[in-house]
Order: sequence, then structure tokens, then C-alpha cells
Amino acid sequence: MSTSGQQPVAETNAQAASWLRRRHLEAWSEADEAALNCWLEQDVANRVAYWRLKAAWGRADRLAALRRDKAVGAPEAKISPRALKIAAAVALIAISGVVGNFWLRGSPPPKDAVYATALGERKTIALTDGSEIELNTDTAIRFQSTPAVKTVTLLKGEAYFQIKHDPRRLFVIKADGHRITDIGTKFRVRRDAARLEVALLEGEVRFDSADGRVKPLSLKPGDVVIATAHSAAVMQQPKRDIADALGWRTGMIVFKHTTLADAAAEFNRYNAKKVVIADASSARLTINGTFQTGDVAAFADAAHAVFGLRVNARNGETVISR
Amino acid sequence: MADTPETRRDDARTLHRGAPMNAPDLEAWFVDEVLPLEAILMQYLRNHWRDQSEIDDLRQEVYIRVCEAAQREIPDPAKPFVLGTARNLIIDRIRRQQIVAIEKVADLDALGIAADIPGPDRSAMARDELRRLQSAIDRLPPRCREAVVLCKIEGLSGREIAQRMGVSEATVSEHIDKGMCALADMLYSEPPEIRRTP
Repeated sequence: MSTSGQQPVAETNAQAASWLRRRHLEAWSEADEAALNCWLEQDVANRVAYWRLKAAWGRADRLAALRRDKAVGAPEAKISPRALKIAAAVALIAISGVVGNFWLRGSPPPKDAVYATALGERKTIALTDGSEIELNTDTAIRFQSTPAVKTVTLLKGEAYFQIKHDPRRLFVIKADGHRITDIGTKFRVRRDAARLEVALLEGEVRFDSADGRVKPLSLKPGDVVIATAHSAAVMQQPKRDIADALGWRTGMIVFKHTTLADAAAEFNRYNAKKVVIADASSARLTINGTFQTGDVAAFADAAHAVFGLRVNARNGETVISR
Repeated sequence: MADTPETRRDDARTLHRGAPMNAPDLEAWFVDEVLPLEAILMQYLRNHWRDQSEIDDLRQEVYIRVCEAAQREIPDPAKPFVLGTARNLIIDRIRRQQIVAIEKVADLDALGIAADIPGPDRSAMARDELRRLQSAIDRLPPRCREAVVLCKIEGLSGREIAQRMGVSEATVSEHIDKGMCALADMLYSEPPEIRRTP
């Protein structure tokens, strides 16, 4: 526009699209990255145009998740044998189309391994593609890898995933019949007896609940899904709450208006020496604070100091009462 | 570690205080807070500027001003700031082009910003996301759509798409570039009501 001194946005958009396409579709070197950064730094007009196109282009990735999932993921039960056959044929075509070269060159043998942590233990598993899985206390996962898909099954406990997205290879997390399909992201999954909890920090994932009647959910950062065998509910949580729930990665538990009963249950996930809140009125008191996962004594001290509760050691348990 | 709760908490606090932002934070803020307002912003510009061929450029100018301001201090909340910037921009333009001034503006008295324009309904947006994406892809020109689908859904490279479509790589590049711009317009500029209509 003549009055603004800016070049027409159509031109800026064309340049931004060209950079974005080259970065996503063509060989991309460090020199290219430097040149792009230089172009971005030149003008805030370039930056806003590029950010806008990149955000829209990134949103379209969600479509890929749906299509690929239909093609590669074997549908579970409840489907007629005929549909299964068709699905299998489609899957085969999709796989041969996308990773055909892989098979011809001789694919690496499928990997299958189980990783687990003991009570109070933490472990980080680094995958060859740069992805990382951090296991919290008392957790077990099975890792299976084929050329088309990597699958992690959360057998029990809680894990934090930082997945490097590979457009040619799905990353699927299964737990209790639910499926989480990753689209390049960081998220936390916790499996309890009664429910599954998925919290997304960055990127995108698709969540398919075990009950086929619940629609697949596309999760954005801040989304937390609570799923049981027959339901799945999404809510938005502030970033800091989601970060607090990951305190265990640095050996901490964060309580915020947490009842003593819930706090004790949380400590008990990490320690063989259990905490027992002996009476219902104490159990309902709420506390705030950050504790080390193994430091039951500090928790008991806090309960004593703040609420004047009694703390006794009995039968290898820490009993807190009025 | 960057992800410790303490660090996150500090970040959040700094943001609310309106401290200067670095580039990745600014991009995240722009994408999360400003882009969802684009449909409202476009409607505002269309209503208050006569020459509809200049609307895209006005939008870009608003984004530039908003981001320049945000580099110094994050405007919180974003909506009144973005619309206020649009209003000031229109007033500036009228002052600079004194001769055609009144003609340019559809309704000068209406430049005030209605505080009750509803913001984007984020939960509805999340629900409709897939449908909206599908509808946007469907409305691309056929060859452009084919290139985008092969790229996004099949994950093919530029060369593979060219082979599959039987055209040159340069032609594929044109289709993809065009698709990127068209998708951004459809996903951000259009009001959600239009997208929901089957």
C-alpha cells in the first residue's frame, strides 16, 4: 500500500510461503536455516507473515493424523470381519506406499522391550530418534518398533513423553484400551486402577478412547483428558498446574489445595513406608507446598506444624491423626 | 531443567507483568492470542474501510504494529489492543490522505470499538477443528488441493509429489505456496459461523 511504506502483504506472504515450503519439503541445511533467520530478522512484517502461515500449515497436520491412523492402526474388535479385511488391505497399501523403500532395503527387525521402575525410582529412556520417555515411580512400559509405527504401551504408572515427530512413522501410546497418537509433542500419561489421565504440554496429540462411541479428541496444549473405560472428558488446565504435575521429573511433588488424604496417597506412590491419615476430619484438611517425593518426614512435620496433628510411627507406617 | 515447575511459574508471572518478550515467546503469543482474533479484526476492517482491496494490507499493518508493541510489553488482554490498533491505524490513514478522507471510511462515527464483540469461542473452535480443516482443504483449487493432500497427508516430498502429479517441481511449489496462503486465510480470516454451515 502506497501510504504505509510496507510492501503489499501478498508479496510478503508469497515469500513467507516459499520459505515455509522449502523448510518442510526440501533438503534443508544449516545455511538455509541461517538465511531464513536473517530474512525473519529483517522485518517484523516478514515475521508476522511467516508465523501466520506456519501456524495454519501446522494446524493442517491434524488431518494427517486421522488419515494415517485409519490406514495403519488396526481397528479393535466390534467391527465386521469384512470391514477388517478391507482395513487390512488399505493398511497394506498405505504401508507399502509410504515405506515401501524400507521393506525393499531390508527393514530393521521389530524391537520389543519392557522397561520398568521400582517404587521411588525414576528412569529416562532415550530412543534413537531423539525422543525421550521418562518413567515415574512404579511404572512399566512396553516399547515396540516397526518401520511404520512405534508403539508404547503403558502397563502401569506414569510417564512423560517428549516425542520427535516423524511424518513417516506414527508414534502411538496405548493404555487401558485408549490410544494416544502423537503429532510431535510433549505430554504426560498416568494410569491408575480406575482411570487414565493425559496432559498435553506442547504440540498436538489425538486421543482415541477405549470406548469406540466416544469421538476421537484432538488435544491442544493445556488440555487434560480424564478417561475411564466408558467416558472421556477434556478440561483446560493452566500451564503451571500441568508443570506442577510433572514435579516428579525433578523428584518433587507439588500440592495445591490438596487434601491430606490425596497428599498421602501421592506420597505412597513413591515410598514403601506408607503414610496413613487416621481420621476423616484430618483427611479433609488441605495443604499447599512442594516436597521431595521421598521425604515423608517433611510432610509429617508440616502436618504437625500447620494443623497441630500428631505423628506416630506404627508397624512401619507413618500415622497422622488428631 | 527448563520444565521444572519453578521456572514455569516464573515465566507465567513475567508474562503477566508485561515484560519484553523474546522471539519464540512473541510467536507463541501471536499465534495463541492474536491470530484467533483475525476473523473479528477482518470484520472490523471491512466495516470501517471502504476500499476492500486494501483490507489484507491493513490487517498486516495491524499485526506489525501489534507485534512491535508486544516486543516492548505484552498487551493483556489482546483483543481490545488489537482492535484499538486497527482503529488508530484507520484514523492515521485518514489523516494522511486528507483529500479522500471521508470517502475511505464507511462510517466514521462507528469507529468506536464495541466492547461486547464476543471473543473466539475456544472450546467450540477445538471441537470444530477437524471439520474446519477438512472444509478448508476441500475448498482449495483442485490441483492445489491434490498437492497439499499429498504433502500433508501422504507425507511426500516435493519431488515425489511432482512425479505423482506428473508436473514439474516448480509447479508443485506454486501449488503448495498458494495452498499455504489460502489455508491461512480460510482458517483465520473467516468467521466460524460460515465454516459451521454444512
